[in-house]
Amino acid sequence: MSQPIELQKDETFVLNVGPQHPATHGVLRVKMTMDGEYIYKAETVLGYIHRMHEKMAENRTYPQYMPNMGRLDYLSAMAFNHGYALVVERACGIEVPERAEYIRVITVELNRISSHLVWLGAYVLDLGGFTPLMYCFDDREQILDLLESVTGSRLTYCYFRFGGLYNDIDDEFITGTRAFIIRMRKELKMYAKLVTGNIILMKRLQGHGIIDKDMCQRYGATGPVARGSGLNYDVRKNEPYSVYPELDFDIPVNDGCDSYARYLVRMEEMEQSLRIIEQALDKLPEGPVNPEKKPKLIKPPSGDYYAAVETARGNFGIRLVSDGGKNAYRLKLRSPTYSNMHLFDEACRGMLLADALAFMGSLDLVIPEMDR
Amino acid sequence: MGGYFSDLFSGTKSLLDGMWVTLKEFPKRPVTLSYPHESLKMYARYRGHIELIGDEENKPNCVVCGMCERACPSGCIHLAGEKPEGGKKKVLTSYTLDFTTCSLCGSCVESCNFDAIRFSNEYNLASTRKEDFIIDLLKRLEEQDK
Ligand code: SF4
Ligand code: SF4
Repeated sequence: MSQPIELQKDETFVLNVGPQHPATHGVLRVKMTMDGEYIYKAETVLGYIHRMHEKMAENRTYPQYMPNMGRLDYLSAMAFNHGYALVVERACGIEVPERAEYIRVITVELNRISSHLVWLGAYVLDLGGFTPLMYCFDDREQILDLLESVTGSRLTYCYFRFGGLYNDIDDEFITGTRAFIIRMRKELKMYAKLVTGNIILMKRLQGHGIIDKDMCQRYGATGPVARGSGLNYDVRKNEPYSVYPELDFDIPVNDGCDSYARYLVRMEEMEQSLRIIEQALDKLPEGPVNPEKKPKLIKPPSGDYYAAVETARGNFGIRLVSDGGKNAYRLKLRSPTYSNMHLFDEACRGMLLADALAFMGSLDLVIPEMDR
Repeated sequence: MGGYFSDLFSGTKSLLDGMWVTLKEFPKRPVTLSYPHESLKMYARYRGHIELIGDEENKPNCVVCGMCERACPSGCIHLAGEKPEGGKKKVLTSYTLDFTTCSLCGSCVESCNFDAIRFSNEYNLASTRKEDFIIDLLKRLEEQDK
């Protein structure tokens, strides 16, 4: 990595990246103090799309808050649905039928693949390669069609309900998903050839954007960012929820610590998600998708509850404090990219501006989830 | 020097690999549609804005219980009804949906116990005027083909 010999603090200037910048993929502003082409300091400024999601939970009933979950991370909304459903189910002690659990896992994993596909396309686009984006969006379209046929929406899903789901899946969805698995395995081979093995990509990513294990732990980075630095942490394995313990899958970890390592982790994750979906489809039991006695009024007993899920970007935690009323007393959302972004300042010091933007893309930022 | 030639070699290989992938896409049919000349048929479960369900004479099934209005997180449903003279049941007199704030969550459809609302398949709704999204669902139902 190119390091400047010595940074001259008194000869710096401030460069604004964003709030409207194509590389940030959203309204994120980074105030960079530059020494020539090198970054001296990078300060993240949030608040441009703050919508008070946490406060909103306090003035609406529990079911009414569910649509908000689709609007945090618009690329992996299903996992956020899962997190919120999980915490309320824990609080109220609602049992979820097994079929619903399996369908939850299938839809969440499909959503994870579609999220990684957007990241892959957009990231390679940031680096200057246009074509892969088209292939990624074509594959993602298949997933969106599948999910649309069961949930009714394409991005901002509001599909999970406390104790179950909005509706059951049908045979068409199952055959469609099986066909998609076969297609996607072929496509992943194509991506490996077209993108992963590409020399320009390797030269841009290998050895750039180093974040070590220690830094990840200090900033609380999770997801592919932490796993690309050799930290074997995944909520699906470490604090298992739903039916993940019954499925056989691996957590890809890479010790590379650079942007390429994070890239490889995400590519491998897509394959693992396909494995999970395949097994879940095989094991899918018959039965209802909603509990027999659907709770009419959701009023968790007063107390403090927590649930965490693994979204496409890392650990999404949700803490619910209830005073026994119809609305939450306090709801705290812990979103993965908020922590992942904060190591950016320390990691990018002394980096060339162009490298820093390539590094930012490898963090897979989704701004509405960071700035909620 | 060796690094230079190996880079050159793998660079050429990357280029040829990429061109081969592109070439294979060449004879395939396009995956896009030329909207608005063609448009897609939506899935049966597609969530467009809500609509009222009526009987054979396009009279709404709604009994004006107000459950949907209360369930809506964004307060986008406004309805009113009155008891006709001599009649027992309330009759719906207006049902407006403010689609500008609807999040298509489905709470209203779930909360209705009288099979009176469902999601429509409408998605061609582009407009620059806000009023176009304040939809009078009762009028919409009455104007539907019987
Ligand atoms: S779908 Fe949700 S937001 Fe829209 S009218 Fe129904 S309850 Fe309200
Ligand atoms: S819940 Fe159904 S019956 Fe009751 S007011 Fe709404 S549409 Fe009418």
